[in-house]
Amino acid sequence: MSSTGQISGEFFLSGDEACAEGALAAGCRFFAGYPITPATEIAEHMSDRLPEVGGTYIQMEDELASMAAVLGASWGGLKAMTATSGPGFSLMMENIGLGLMLETPCVVVNMQRAGPSTGLPTMTGQGDMMQARWGSHGPYSIIALSPASPQELFDLTIKAFNLSEKYRLPVLVMSEESIGHMYEKVTIPTREKINITPRRKPNVPPQEYLPYVPDDDLVPPMAIAGEGYRFHVTGLTHDERGYPIMTAEAQDKLVRRLVDKIEKNRNAIIEVEEDGIKGADVVVCSYGISARVATVAIQRARALGIRVGMFRLITVWPFPVERVREIAKNIKAFVVPEINYGQMALEVERAAAGRAKTILIPHMGGAVHDPETILDAIKQAVK
Amino acid sequence: MKTTAIARIGAHPLDEYLRTDRLPHIWCPGCGLGMILGTVLRAIDKSRLDIDRTTIVSGIGCTGRAAGYVKLDSFHVTHGRALPFATGLKLANPNLKVVVFSGDGDLAAIGGNHLIHAARRNIDMTVICVNNFIYGMTGGQLGPTTPEMGRTTTSRKGNTEKPFNIPYLVGAAGATYVARWTTAHVRQMERTFIEALQKKGFSLVEVISPCPTYYGRMNEQATGLDQMRYYRYNSVVKHFANLADVDISLDGQIIVGKFIDIDRPYLPAPKGENGK
Ligand SMILES: Cc1ncc(C[n+]2csc(CCOP(=O)(O)OP(=O)(O)O)c2C)c(N)n1
Ligand code: SF4
Repeated sequence: MSSTGQISGEFFLSGDEACAEGALAAGCRFFAGYPITPATEIAEHMSDRLPEVGGTYIQMEDELASMAAVLGASWGGLKAMTATSGPGFSLMMENIGLGLMLETPCVVVNMQRAGPSTGLPTMTGQGDMMQARWGSHGPYSIIALSPASPQELFDLTIKAFNLSEKYRLPVLVMSEESIGHMYEKVTIPTREKINITPRRKPNVPPQEYLPYVPDDDLVPPMAIAGEGYRFHVTGLTHDERGYPIMTAEAQDKLVRRLVDKIEKNRNAIIEVEEDGIKGADVVVCSYGISARVATVAIQRARALGIRVGMFRLITVWPFPVERVREIAKNIKAFVVPEINYGQMALEVERAAAGRAKTILIPHMGGAVHDPETILDAIKQAVK
Repeated sequence: MKTTAIARIGAHPLDEYLRTDRLPHIWCPGCGLGMILGTVLRAIDKSRLDIDRTTIVSGIGCTGRAAGYVKLDSFHVTHGRALPFATGLKLANPNLKVVVFSGDGDLAAIGGNHLIHAARRNIDMTVICVNNFIYGMTGGQLGPTTPEMGRTTTSRKGNTEKPFNIPYLVGAAGATYVARWTTAHVRQMERTFIEALQKKGFSLVEVISPCPTYYGRMNEQATGLDQMRYYRYNSVVKHFANLADVDISLDGQIIVGKFIDIDRPYLPAPKGENGK
């Protein structure tokens, strides 16, 4: 460990620990949370490690408070994060909306478990994917990432912080119990090798500063409390001064920009992994732990001579509609295994728009798919 | 040395602290909120706080609109969550002076859990809790402080629940400074705000305030003036009163004064403590 508390090298870490280390490497210096399986180890690790890097850990009274404290800390000038699982994610929804409205950079990690309700607290699930997209009220766009290994939890947590600063919004890391509790080798690069997006500071003197005048990419620079900008921000619909304006016109202008700053930058945001798509008859589209399980089925199918491609969502929101539509033109079907009763499959179906079939392989949670069920679906698809 | 705004000539003495381009405010004639906000701003001015580092956080409600009128770094957040938001803000930058200005419903009903925990942790901030005995913003419904038999739009025959005694609650939870005044005690209120702003740890001042539009009209105090008159003739100053005895009833005394002023470790810990 360096004198600044930064670590680098090769480690044997759980996904939860890798996530916490990713956050620290990204410059996260504030964590507020409430214990919940399977995300508790992130909080535990942060409570150990944040003091070593000069940061602050606080255990709040619930997830409503955790999310609110994270937003407050971000406006106080720190990179801030919370981590939770389904029940806590539900409680965070209102303040995730506040984060979107105030345009507050921060990261929310959801280590998904099987729901609804308390469900299977210690067992895996992917049932919150649509909640990630639509769980808070009102029209909005959001960014959510889905890692498929502890290493990716490290890498994508850094990426989540960078995106949150670049586009000024809460970015979601949608992982699962399986990855959070999985131990694997994780490489932590030295500090110089880690790309960090700094906060976009105002480029005008305080007297001229208006909190919501966007740059060309539709994202406004952000002042923080205590620097003399004397700004006001509100969860009410507001104008460029940050003042509440109760009209449909102000709502249109603001909400359109909040959505457009994500949607018009989709190509820069979206990351996917593809393999063997060219010439494929069927493509398995998946994410997170399910994508890992699917690779076994894909290998077996290929051994049988089936031309099957792999399409893995790394960015789940915004969804890569254009790419899926393009792929759909040349294949018979998408096979979509996910640990829920069909969520991202709906997006695949929508994007494919009838050009290719979408075959959902649902799993209600508590375990991962048996690769054979995915293989069977692949065989069916090419028949 | 910094001159106070009040010493300056020309504009209204508090203009430096107000977003004058947002006035007039939305509050009803006879409402106590303007008076309380004015008093807070005078207290901030007289305390010679570094104004660039003074922030106001409000939740949702008529009271919550205060954040939008002050020319400070100010945050108008979600209903009930002013305290945890302010907790994050203060912990992220201990150099900030954090003031939470919100209603009794916001702080003691939907935000009640945060209230006791912020007091327990003794987060270094000043909370101004405006208690008008009702939910003003949503049109006069029952609140956590509505006195027994108090009439509201959701308790037309009179409230049958026991209300919170806010000083008793936050005192038991661990606040280091607790006081109560009414809008008929502007000078005392100002002195108390100045003290609360200097205090290290969790300070809370409850201000009993007229809502003529809903509470007054439904409880035989039809105007703001009637309510002020009531406060004037029924308030009893009892510093360091036994907090179990400061309950408020529909037509009884209102015990006011400074109730708690103690010192104990607070968060964020001053530099050099707790390993920081
Ligand atoms: C989560 C949520 N629930 C309900 C509301 C509706 N609401 C707005 S203000 C308010 C009550 C405000 O009462 P109080 O805090 O006493 O402030 P006052 O308006 O009396 O100043 C309610 C219930 C809301 N904005 N958010
Ligand atoms: S409704 Fe009541 S609390 Fe709200 S502004 Fe009017 S008088 Fe004040």
